[in-house]
Amino acid sequence: MAAIASPQPTLLALDRIAKQFGGVRAVDGLTLTVDRGELRCLIGPNGAGKSTIFKLIMGAEQPTAGTIRFDGRVINRWPTWRRAREGLSIKMQIPGVYPELTVRDNMRVAAQNHIPMGSMEDETYRLLARVGLEHAGEELTKNLSHGQQQWLEIGMALSASPQMLLLDEPTAGMGPGETEETARLVQSLNAEGTTIVVIEHDMAFVRRVARNVTVLHLGRVFAEGTIAEIEANERVTDIYLGRT
Amino acid sequence: MAAATDWGEMSAMNRRRRALSSENLAFVLFVAFMVIYPLMADEFSVGNVAYFLAMTLLAVSLALIWGYAGILSFGQTAFFGIGGYLYGIFALNYDWGGATLVGIVVGVLAGGVVAATLGYFMFYGGVNDVFVGLTTLALTLVLQTFMAQTAGPEWAVGEARLNGYNGMSVPQIMVGDTVLFGRQLFYFHLVLLVGVYLILRWLTGSRWGYGLLALRENRERTETFGYNVRFMQVQVFFLAGCIAALSGVLYASWGGYIDPASMGLTAAVTPVIYVAIGGRRSITAAVIATMILLKLSQSLASSAPEYALVVFGALALLAVLFVPEGFILSLLQALDRWVFRGGRRRRHVAPQEPAPAQPRRVS
Repeated sequence: MAAIASPQPTLLALDRIAKQFGGVRAVDGLTLTVDRGELRCLIGPNGAGKSTIFKLIMGAEQPTAGTIRFDGRVINRWPTWRRAREGLSIKMQIPGVYPELTVRDNMRVAAQNHIPMGSMEDETYRLLARVGLEHAGEELTKNLSHGQQQWLEIGMALSASPQMLLLDEPTAGMGPGETEETARLVQSLNAEGTTIVVIEHDMAFVRRVARNVTVLHLGRVFAEGTIAEIEANERVTDIYLGRT
Repeated sequence: MAAATDWGEMSAMNRRRRALSSENLAFVLFVAFMVIYPLMADEFSVGNVAYFLAMTLLAVSLALIWGYAGILSFGQTAFFGIGGYLYGIFALNYDWGGATLVGIVVGVLAGGVVAATLGYFMFYGGVNDVFVGLTTLALTLVLQTFMAQTAGPEWAVGEARLNGYNGMSVPQIMVGDTVLFGRQLFYFHLVLLVGVYLILRWLTGSRWGYGLLALRENRERTETFGYNVRFMQVQVFFLAGCIAALSGVLYASWGGYIDPASMGLTAAVTPVIYVAIGGRRSITAAVIATMILLKLSQSLASSAPEYALVVFGALALLAVLFVPEGFILSLLQALDRWVFRGGRRRRHVAPQEPAPAQPRRVS
């Protein structure tokens, strides 16, 4: 595989991934590909394995079986920090900000492996402005509202100029106004070329941003398609809404 | 702060404020006092405070590893002992001019290498938090036990007899043909302490220092930002090991003596208590607290020895319960707030829109 000159359309490919926790199969032979430039939503009921998949992609957990390819390379054995340096960024489900550090120090921690020190001040300002926090730089992060912490974390994930951004429930705990802001932010990032995978429960948000939706159930891909196709699929509605 | 304030200007202002912080001022005053101290004090006191300065480096190493990197280590005492013994062994075996200076380097590196080796196995083996405390305490006690049984003549490295609990006699530091003692030794210790302090202040403000701060707060998250967390842990453990070993070298050469009690349980816990009382997150606070508490410890030892441990226990308890940031650091922070104001002011930022009133819709 030396064809680096013409990048393949596939950025991320999970091939028959399994992850077993004790007797529980959180992910059960899952195959999933995400193309460059996509904005993909992962939905599914609780326990479908969504967050586990993100952990496997970032290397926080090791798959029991299967291969993970990113940008054409098998990354199963890469440590998390290397995956981060090669272009994978994540906003976690529980806000992964540093509550005891100031907003600007949070941004600096996230940015300094990717941005030269000389332009650090300008870049942290630009990134904070992007998520509407440019005037809160000196604030301790724990004093921010929940929504602001979510945005800060998205801004931090962006500082790496990632090829792929993983967003785990970016609108959790947000009001409608904040959710709308977040949707706009996610769409504009995608329009600039960042491949984005979003885990989200809020179907209004999914309808608003996603073109392609993957439904997970019991650790497998249950259905895949456009939002219209998924919403028209009665079996999806059944499992997702817990109907029988 | 006016919303229109230019970011670059604001940062510059913050930089000025940070330079004029009570922490920096406290350290400058401390150094100024130390510089003139030998000119006013008698020879015994000068020698005594030189000993404080040597021990302060041990507290500095602990503030670095515990306060900045979040790794509570009881092993600093082991590296202290390794530094002291290795310096002694080297200085006893080589008597050419400058050998003791090379011995300092040997002792320091020995402490650092042992720390890095232990750190490698711990951190790459996934040992963290309280288990690092246990592992490092075990190392300290194992070393003490080992050194305690080296009384026989078969335990010698070249000219250097280890001597078990009788202790090893250690040559004093020489520069050329001059043995450092009195004021010279005092200033030698002071220069090393200030040097280490300045290097650490510079490092903690660097990229690497910010990384340490981040991994102290959340290791897993920090790794997802591209930090090789385990390697950084080994690096900081090495550095803290070197500083603890330097402390041991200075202690052993100052007293001309080292024995296994320097690596015992009490010796391992004492610096942790000093640093907890002073404030582990500030190297300045650790330095000042250690100087004061060593002095207090000596006064108590002569006037009311039976109460010394009670007093330190009570102070540590008070710090943990009511002043978790430590007495000295809290004092410095209060000064910052009331005297220097800006820079560290923390107030609640009003959310940019009303806080989410209704639960999010799930449909």
